[in-house]
Amino acid sequence: MATCDLTIPISEDAIRALHVGDAVRLGGVMVTGRDAAHKYLIETFIRADTVPESERPLYEELRRLLRGGVIYHCGPVVRQLPPSQGGTGGGWEFVAAGPTTSIREEVYEPEIIAHFGLRGVIGKGGMGPGTLRACQEHGAVYFHAVGGAASLIADAVKEVVAVYKKDEFGVPEAFWVIRVEGFPVVVTMDSHGRSIHSEVEAASREALEGLL
Amino acid sequence: MNDLVGPFVELIRRAATDLPADVEAALRTAYGREEPGSAAAGALATVLENVALARAHSTPICQDTGVPIFYVRYPQGMSTRQLRAQIEAAVAEATRRAYLRPNAVDSLTGRNSGNNLGVGFPTVHFEEWDVGARLPRPYLRVDLLLKGGGSENVGAQYKLPYAPPGPPASGGSTVPLKAGRDLEGVRRVVLDAVYQAQGKGCAPGVLGVAIGADRGTGYVHAKEQFFRPLGDTNPVPELAQLEERLLRECNQLGIGPMGFGGKTTVFGVKIGAYHRLPACYFVSVAYMCWACRRARMIVQGEEREYH
Repeated sequence: MATCDLTIPISEDAIRALHVGDAVRLGGVMVTGRDAAHKYLIETFIRADTVPESERPLYEELRRLLRGGVIYHCGPVVRQLPPSQGGTGGGWEFVAAGPTTSIREEVYEPEIIAHFGLRGVIGKGGMGPGTLRACQEHGAVYFHAVGGAASLIADAVKEVVAVYKKDEFGVPEAFWVIRVEGFPVVVTMDSHGRSIHSEVEAASREALEGLL
Repeated sequence: MNDLVGPFVELIRRAATDLPADVEAALRTAYGREEPGSAAAGALATVLENVALARAHSTPICQDTGVPIFYVRYPQGMSTRQLRAQIEAAVAEATRRAYLRPNAVDSLTGRNSGNNLGVGFPTVHFEEWDVGARLPRPYLRVDLLLKGGGSENVGAQYKLPYAPPGPPASGGSTVPLKAGRDLEGVRRVVLDAVYQAQGKGCAPGVLGVAIGADRGTGYVHAKEQFFRPLGDTNPVPELAQLEERLLRECNQLGIGPMGFGGKTTVFGVKIGAYHRLPACYFVSVAYMCWACRRARMIVQGEEREYH
């Protein structure tokens, strides 16, 4: 178990050097995406025959951001800054931004990792065998953030760079492009086929059988 | 009737941005129990740091401020229609002030209403009561629970007798769970619910369990259990015994904080029993995340107290 700092975009070598239990502090630009975003990525870009003209600019932007990048399963509480403080991000700040449960995205994530060349997924609760396999094949890891640690993580969000699909998906479901510093996570699924989640589940199953 | 919109906003702010003292103390105790340097201890340290920060900044402890669930006990003669209108106005205002995340999504269009108001949203339960009837002024008590979606998703309702679906156990791949219509059956399905939840409900959590009732009110009663102080003792001896045993046994599962493995999987088990139909024996298990955000307001005339 080690502690290290990583900056996004992350190289495959750096990801392969990580193992379950490692604590990591992430910096750089990442993108939030949860239920509506994952469904959209799959249906509009990955499984579609052609990307609609209207969605091309966003597709190119997401491809640029997610290559070697990280997607964060998060639906934040945001506040609109007064115009005097409005930066390049349309004047938003993150108020509370902990992770949401990742397993709902299990049906989508392996294809998204492969298609966009993701190096990491941040969420909580862990993911399933499909994502674990994609992490092994493509060189990615699952980073676990502490569920509910929303004010603390919001403090690590230094800037809202941009937001996409806010009106269509709503605030929690939009793609928020954020610049973070010292974002605290733990590797719970690595690129070598290990998952803390499946190990804990197996051990707890055994304990449960003993109690029944 | 007094305008209570302001006090309701304050109740919401308190619930969203601070934890009850007993909950915070339980998390601190849990932190002390975990192996120093373990992922479980690290997660709890982060949790405690986050709680302090949220309180200092008056920002939400968790971004998922959930469905605001109000339980309103009101004196005879007070208008529940007006109370609901004031609660709704307060919820919209608290959302504008970023104490609450906009969480009300139209199930047909997928549109977020943007202000936490929608069909059946927020949830408000009203009950007329006679507490304070002898007092000179009307006495109103409002309890608020903010329960996030992650923990809501791992709640479970069992119909006893129960056997898990799927092929019969062979090769040890299915847990040999069979639960009958008695407290032993209740114990078994509650353990199963906690096992199924793993860390996904943001463990360590609190369990609210209702035995009996119909399917709908079973969950309502299960959630009412979250208003009990963690350190209280169930007045029904057999339930008190079951609560104690389940607290111990849930923690023997070793799921631990965030499902990282560890000694604290739940830090409270609260059980209520209700009458049931002869044909039905439901066990409704509501799971509350570690951010057990409950707050209470008592209104007597112009005076307001928050707990």
